[in-house]
Amino acid sequence: MLNIALPKGRLGDKVYDMFEAAGYECPQIKEKTRKLIFENEEKQVRYFWVKPSDVSIYVERGAADIGVVGKDILIEYEPEIYELADLNVGKCRMCVAGPKDFRDSGEKKLKVATKFTNTARQYYAQSGRDIDIIKLNGSIEIAPILGLSDVIVDLVETGTTLKKNDLAVLEVISSISARLIANKASFKFKNKEIETVVSRIKEQIKID
Amino acid sequence: MIDEKLLKNEEKAIFSLRSLYKKYGYMPFKMSKFEEYDLYVRNKDFLVSDRIITFNDTNGKLLALKPDVTLSVIKSGVDAPGCKQKVYYNENIYRVSGSTHQYTEIMQAGLECIGDIDLYDVFEAVHLAAQSLAMIADEFVLEISHLGILSALLEEAGGSDSFRKAVAQCIAEKNEHDLARICEENGVSAEKTAKICSFIGLYGDMKSVIEKLDKICETKCGRAALSELCELQALIETTEYADKVFLDFSIVNDMNYYNGIVFKGFINGIYEGVLAGGRYDKLMEKMGRKSGAVGFAVYLDLLETLGTESSKYDVDVLLIYNEKTDVKVVADKVRELTEAGKSVSAQKTIPGKLRYRELINIEKEAR
Repeated sequence: MLNIALPKGRLGDKVYDMFEAAGYECPQIKEKTRKLIFENEEKQVRYFWVKPSDVSIYVERGAADIGVVGKDILIEYEPEIYELADLNVGKCRMCVAGPKDFRDSGEKKLKVATKFTNTARQYYAQSGRDIDIIKLNGSIEIAPILGLSDVIVDLVETGTTLKKNDLAVLEVISSISARLIANKASFKFKNKEIETVVSRIKEQIKID
Repeated sequence: MIDEKLLKNEEKAIFSLRSLYKKYGYMPFKMSKFEEYDLYVRNKDFLVSDRIITFNDTNGKLLALKPDVTLSVIKSGVDAPGCKQKVYYNENIYRVSGSTHQYTEIMQAGLECIGDIDLYDVFEAVHLAAQSLAMIADEFVLEISHLGILSALLEEAGGSDSFRKAVAQCIAEKNEHDLARICEENGVSAEKTAKICSFIGLYGDMKSVIEKLDKICETKCGRAALSELCELQALIETTEYADKVFLDFSIVNDMNYYNGIVFKGFINGIYEGVLAGGRYDKLMEKMGRKSGAVGFAVYLDLLETLGTESSKYDVDVLLIYNEKTDVKVVADKVRELTEAGKSVSAQKTIPGKLRYRELINIEKEAR
């Protein structure tokens, strides 16, 4: 039985469709219940929905053999896992955003509000820029508007939220998409099953 | 006599590993829990985590609670040409855990062979690693890589240090998609990119992977590494663990310290590697030694997660007595029950959380 951790939400639905098309269906998953674990004995798969940022923890700790997680989480938490495929869905960019006319004069510490503190720290360390990180858990966009920070580091999908708040992308840090990951020990002991899933899922990846 | 049932997995492992290493002529290496902090500052990158618990000795010298054993073994070892020093240890070390970001105490057992190392010593270390895993569990995998092959491939790809680091990272993650992108961004030819990408996919039994490596290892250094791997494979083939040893090039230890054969052991039921080791001549060189070294460590604390049947009961018998009960009656009853092989807890009241199989009340057996 292969344990698969999927991220709750829109991305998870999309990814499940890929697994279904690859021959690993589990019809009850689409029924609207409060259940979190779904199993298809015949296909030897067990899916469970978890918070997107927790998928890598489930996989790293072996509670799930494989899982699907955004590259943003992998960059931020650097879990000890194998990254076996780029599913080319859930695409967005990790960006530095701020007021449209923002100019970093470099005279004082740059105040950066973000959920992704590790990512922000690493990005600014490359250029040696001294920053003050303000860790927030949501509604990051209002931080520069209220003067809490100079800029934000966050995921940008279409940029609509930024525009509505009079903000703009200032720098792109990296491109993000959903990745298929595997636990290192599971990869050894369930190698055939995992390799088969990976090759079948790869057939479902739509290239732009 | 020790009741084996009472021993935890890690305790059983300590006993069996100790006798295994002694059998092969490894001598016990006992050390102090403290080491001069300076030793770690000079070799910070070798450590899994650079955060170390430090304190001042009575003379003001900065000491550290050991985060590693290998450095101490090298430091105390002699550097005589032609000689070999073989030691084993069982020590607690103190590191910051990657998942909790807090200091943890890690029980570690392992061995080091330092000196005039040859292929036999590398084989012996690999063989002992496989035997160590076999002593802990039936289902295990020992994975081997050769850093010489990896560095020859990186050499061939050219590019800056940061590019090579990024490539090594992708290989460690089996991340073919990002590797292809990085190669493209750095102007690596399609042919070379395909070669490095095919390297990521190599996983399996030694013999079949070695056949595929023939096309990948084209440079002189690559060929030399491959030839060493072939010789090692032939030796492993003669052991009973041939079907448990796999080649996997995602083991990318720090190439500033390790060289040649490196390996990692996994046990079914434990989510991460329980054994890690390899050849570390470069660390020896950095520490001013002329000779080579090979060794490995088994992370015994991880064995705790191996499934053991936890008993349904804390004790077999809960024996209840009170102030009026004759003490001799209590003592006799306890003796009778323990001699019958039962565990017994003598109490005046029933403890809230105690789970017992049988309750015997002797309150009425008055003085």
